[in-house]
Amino acid sequence: MELRKNYFADVRKDDLHEIGQPRPRSDSPGHVTGKTAFFADRTFPGMLHLKMVRSPHHHARIRSIDTSEAEKHPGVVKILTAKDVPHNVYTILILIQVGPEDETVLADGKVRWKGEAVVAVLAETERAAQEAAAKVKVDYEVLPAVFDMEEALKPGAPLVNEYHGQNYYLYDSGECRKVRFGDVEAGFAGADHVLEQSYQSSPIEHAPTETTGCVVTPEGNDRFTCYTNTQAMFFTLDNTSIILQMPGSKLHFVGGTVGGGFGGKVDVIVEPIAILGAKLTGRPVCFIYSREEEMQISSPRAAEKVVIKDGVMKDGRIVARKVTGYTDAGAYSRHSPYGAQKGAGHYPGPYTIPNVWIDTYCVYTNRTPSSAMRGFGVTIGDFALEVQMDKLARLIGMDPLEFRFINAYRDGDMKAHRQPTEGAALIECMQEASRAANWPVAEKYLAMSSYVKGA
Amino acid sequence: MAKVPVQFTLNGSETAEFVDSGTTLLHTLRDKIGDTSPKGGCHQGTCGACSVIIDGELRLSCLTLAETCDGAVISTTSGLSENGILHPLQRAFLDTFATQCGFCTPGMIMAAKVLLDHTPNPSRDEVVEALSGNICRCTGYEPIIQAVLTAARSNSQNAA
Ligand code: FES
Ligand code: FES
Repeated sequence: MELRKNYFADVRKDDLHEIGQPRPRSDSPGHVTGKTAFFADRTFPGMLHLKMVRSPHHHARIRSIDTSEAEKHPGVVKILTAKDVPHNVYTILILIQVGPEDETVLADGKVRWKGEAVVAVLAETERAAQEAAAKVKVDYEVLPAVFDMEEALKPGAPLVNEYHGQNYYLYDSGECRKVRFGDVEAGFAGADHVLEQSYQSSPIEHAPTETTGCVVTPEGNDRFTCYTNTQAMFFTLDNTSIILQMPGSKLHFVGGTVGGGFGGKVDVIVEPIAILGAKLTGRPVCFIYSREEEMQISSPRAAEKVVIKDGVMKDGRIVARKVTGYTDAGAYSRHSPYGAQKGAGHYPGPYTIPNVWIDTYCVYTNRTPSSAMRGFGVTIGDFALEVQMDKLARLIGMDPLEFRFINAYRDGDMKAHRQPTEGAALIECMQEASRAANWPVAEKYLAMSSYVKGA
Repeated sequence: MAKVPVQFTLNGSETAEFVDSGTTLLHTLRDKIGDTSPKGGCHQGTCGACSVIIDGELRLSCLTLAETCDGAVISTTSGLSENGILHPLQRAFLDTFATQCGFCTPGMIMAAKVLLDHTPNPSRDEVVEALSGNICRCTGYEPIIQAVLTAARSNSQNAA
């Protein structure tokens, strides 16, 4: 497909030497020869295998944990419970002051989702670790669980996470992130049509081909080398340092080679407990998710619900937009308060709308904690918004692409969250899309520009 | 536990190992012999990342017991290039950008090699069929299919 070069011709230098040139990827020679070193390609003499005992319940109090039978299992070297973890309650985003700490490395007194880590077993072989894990006895008192965001927000719903005290994340703005711009009710009152629709999505698993994991070796001097496939090296190092109460200088992280991540490997889950195991046994430790754990335990993209109400004029202008977004964090925050916040800024879409009202909630349920995945907080929102845009165009009998031209943001427009638009190129992208997809639009739209207002 | 002796030819070299009965070939290759080119993506026969060639057939090394490989001739992707010269399949995977994270790549190349060994000029459908046991979560498959077709073309040009 050949793309035209006349867009922004006067503001773009055309003496680029790299753009448009094929360059070999620096990592592919290693990939095609099998030489690329993924974390699990390293093995060390005496390496122990870590397996987790996980909660079979969505929500339960732990009455007691009995590891005596498991300890006797041949090959078992060490069994870890919550009391072994120096700083057991953590949250990833505390590094950027987004608290409270709300998640346990190993469950302490309670489990909040099915699959939550309760006891870690370290053994000479993977098989011994697995067999011993099956012998750990945990006595649970099952509690009522809540799986639906709207149910979770109702008064009297089971409380998922005591560290929050309510089933939503409390922002400094209150029970949700809020954007207020113009007068949305006046906008609806003056609109020719008002359309309210709701959209929802299920969690999505990244399903990387390489499962999450790490291999840790003690260096013999209180320092630990951790080979990991984390996508967030320094986040992981710093959080591990907090969880283990160990200075960062004692931790040497080696990584950067990730067998597919897509956002699924940014949580800090396997490294702290594996390093703790290496510290307490003095031996190398590997903790690698099974395929089943990757699919069931690793955090997925959050389920979302987006309710959009738009006021639109017959001539195609959107004059008011009200959005209520719900992000299902599952039982713990991880990256979801941030994802829900991103949604708040994003929901007007790449359109200039004079009256906007947005509330986004980060909701706790007894589901698998969700976290980052490719554009989390905005991708599902974009699905909802663009379906809504098509519905609005149909409602007023307008071509859906022309409808978008009318509302497209341009340089200088103020966005609802008070960021002036700069570097917009939506109009030019749509012009090119119209040409490339052979979807003709009226001449006046082809004459528009992102940076010459009114052209 | 009693160990079982196994001998096989791995990428042209005589190899011998004592393994625990029930050990997979994948584990033996990676953790005992040190050939980490076959990858473990599922350990249950569903992803194809562990694919190797045993006596000319494509096999999943995670479902193959090492002790059944006594006397076998085994090839893996790490043995494919000769004297530092890439095999046409490796070259084609590079040139068509058929690798992203690279985790599926060694298994894909094994599957493609068995196809081209039996069917030097495959149709696109035959390529798709041959790769259907190998999961790639990154590329969307199209560049991989192109790589295999490109390698087949360059093979036939060299032969001509
Ligand atoms: S590891 Fe053998 S098929 Fe996935
Ligand atoms: S390149 Fe990542 S799985 Fe295929």
